[in-house]
Amino acid sequence: MTALRLTPMFAFGSRRALRMIERNLLVYKHGWLVLFSGFFEPLFYLLSIGFGLGRLVGDVTGPGGEPIPYALFVAPALLAASAMNGAITESTFNFFFKLNYDKTFASILTTPMSPADISLGELAWALIRGGLYTVGFLAVMVLFGMVRSPLILLTLPGALLIGFAFAAVGMAATSFMRTWQDFDLIQLVVLPMFLFSGTFFPLDSFPEGARIIIQLTPLYQGVDLLRTLAVGVVGPDTLVHVAYLTTMGLIGLAVVSRRLDKLLLK
Amino acid sequence: MSETNVAASGASVEPSQPRPTAEPAARRGPGADAAPLIHARKLTKRFGEFTAVDGVDFDVQPGEAFGFLGPNGAGKTSTMRMIGCTSPISDGELSVLDMNPRRDGPRIRARLGVVPQHDTLDNELTVRENLLIYGRYFGLPREECARRADELLDFVQLSDRGKDLVEPLSGGMKRRLTIARSLINEPDLMLLDEPTTGLDPQARHLLWDRLYRLKQRGVTLVLTTHYMDEAEQLCDRLVVMDKAKIVAEGSPRQLIERYSTKEVAEFRFAPGIQETLDGQFDGLAERIERLPDRVLLYADDGEDVVASARSRGLHPETVLVRRSTLEDVFLRLTGRSLIE
Repeated sequence: MTALRLTPMFAFGSRRALRMIERNLLVYKHGWLVLFSGFFEPLFYLLSIGFGLGRLVGDVTGPGGEPIPYALFVAPALLAASAMNGAITESTFNFFFKLNYDKTFASILTTPMSPADISLGELAWALIRGGLYTVGFLAVMVLFGMVRSPLILLTLPGALLIGFAFAAVGMAATSFMRTWQDFDLIQLVVLPMFLFSGTFFPLDSFPEGARIIIQLTPLYQGVDLLRTLAVGVVGPDTLVHVAYLTTMGLIGLAVVSRRLDKLLLK
Repeated sequence: MSETNVAASGASVEPSQPRPTAEPAARRGPGADAAPLIHARKLTKRFGEFTAVDGVDFDVQPGEAFGFLGPNGAGKTSTMRMIGCTSPISDGELSVLDMNPRRDGPRIRARLGVVPQHDTLDNELTVRENLLIYGRYFGLPREECARRADELLDFVQLSDRGKDLVEPLSGGMKRRLTIARSLINEPDLMLLDEPTTGLDPQARHLLWDRLYRLKQRGVTLVLTTHYMDEAEQLCDRLVVMDKAKIVAEGSPRQLIERYSTKEVAEFRFAPGIQETLDGQFDGLAERIERLPDRVLLYADDGEDVVASARSRGLHPETVLVRRSTLEDVFLRLTGRSLIE
């Protein structure tokens, strides 16, 4: 039983999903360097924008109202954005391709493994990978002396929660996709979210109306969650973010579990 | 030709034949004493407007080698995928290993060995790892996977390639590895979709030999093929499929007896000659098929036909007298050759 088998409504996949992690470990045994690819993306952003641009920007207002260096402002947001990007890529494009076109996955479907087992396993693997990247990124933050509070350790589960929420919704969205063109729509949603969810500049630099819309986006929820944890200023907002992302993930899973078999077993 | 097109799909299975009962739960009528491993009635598969399988009936008994013979697009693969529980049925009735594919997909698949039409090996893994992880998908313990992997590599003569990646293997080796992979769970029922298509003769014979050994061990084989020799070599019983329907059913021998003659005389003429010979073959044989490149004369004594033809003044460039094959059965039933 997986932790996700809470109620029949969320019955999705089984313990067999763990076999997908085993497969991935076998694959990465042959070329574990590939594992590091996802580590560099947020790191490069941090170096260029956090430190490079940060030099021009100076301090900005942090979650507690105190001024903090721009690099510290942007680092947790980059972590949140990379958790989102990783999850979205894995759960939409890759997921659709694997289950519809990849022969390896076709062969796995002839065993007792179900599409749900495969998706759940691949999702778990993506989260494990994301977790490794997060640890690497946090190590860099330590190296640059950006640690203000022990709460920063909680950004790891926080990033995993963001990954889970986006991956579940990504899979749900994919279950409605008809053609490859439909996937362009996802980029149309993801890119503005990446740029405007309080990632690179504070919420109060937006006009009033835009602020409300931004606060409703899931990435803002994730960014603010990790930022409050990294700076060490938590409050009721932190719990709201956690509840928001958890609900989002569970709704995503509920949708996928109802649609997956029908769509993938033709 | 109309009388031969009577669908044999409704033909009942001979009840006299003794068979081992794997499952005690025989919930069918008193006519059938043992539950067949596969039971299909009016089985239908539709993709939107297109009907790939159109109401077919068949039963596969334990220990049997059962074939679906037909040209590309006849509905063989769709039928196999429904049996393999990777494609839901659109209509009709299907039970596999006495379970319902709609409900019991994972439990059924746990006891199947599937060799798909195109190789689906994991190219990111080595030969041996392909077997190991596949065993894990079935939930086998690691040590057991390792033991069976070594045994199976030996069985398909790939022991010395265990540490190699899959990609550089030849087509025949990949096929053998796919068969080894399908055996990792010690299946009760093997589904082989065109197991030897695209292989050279040597590779095919090696594969047939392995399949024959499996059959000897009591594994039930269900295969599709468009090779006559393959069907004759491997199948105890087969159905001929054409345009989504079953058009005949029986053992290879029975089908030949029913739909063809003992022998066939094949006449080949110089280009342009055959078209001038209208009516000249009449009465020479039981049945005459005129193909674009040759004329087939069906009779119980082929040499006799050749002699009579010669005495009528017919001078084909080449003459071949041979036994009837399933190819002839197919030609008779559908009016077309099997492989165009």
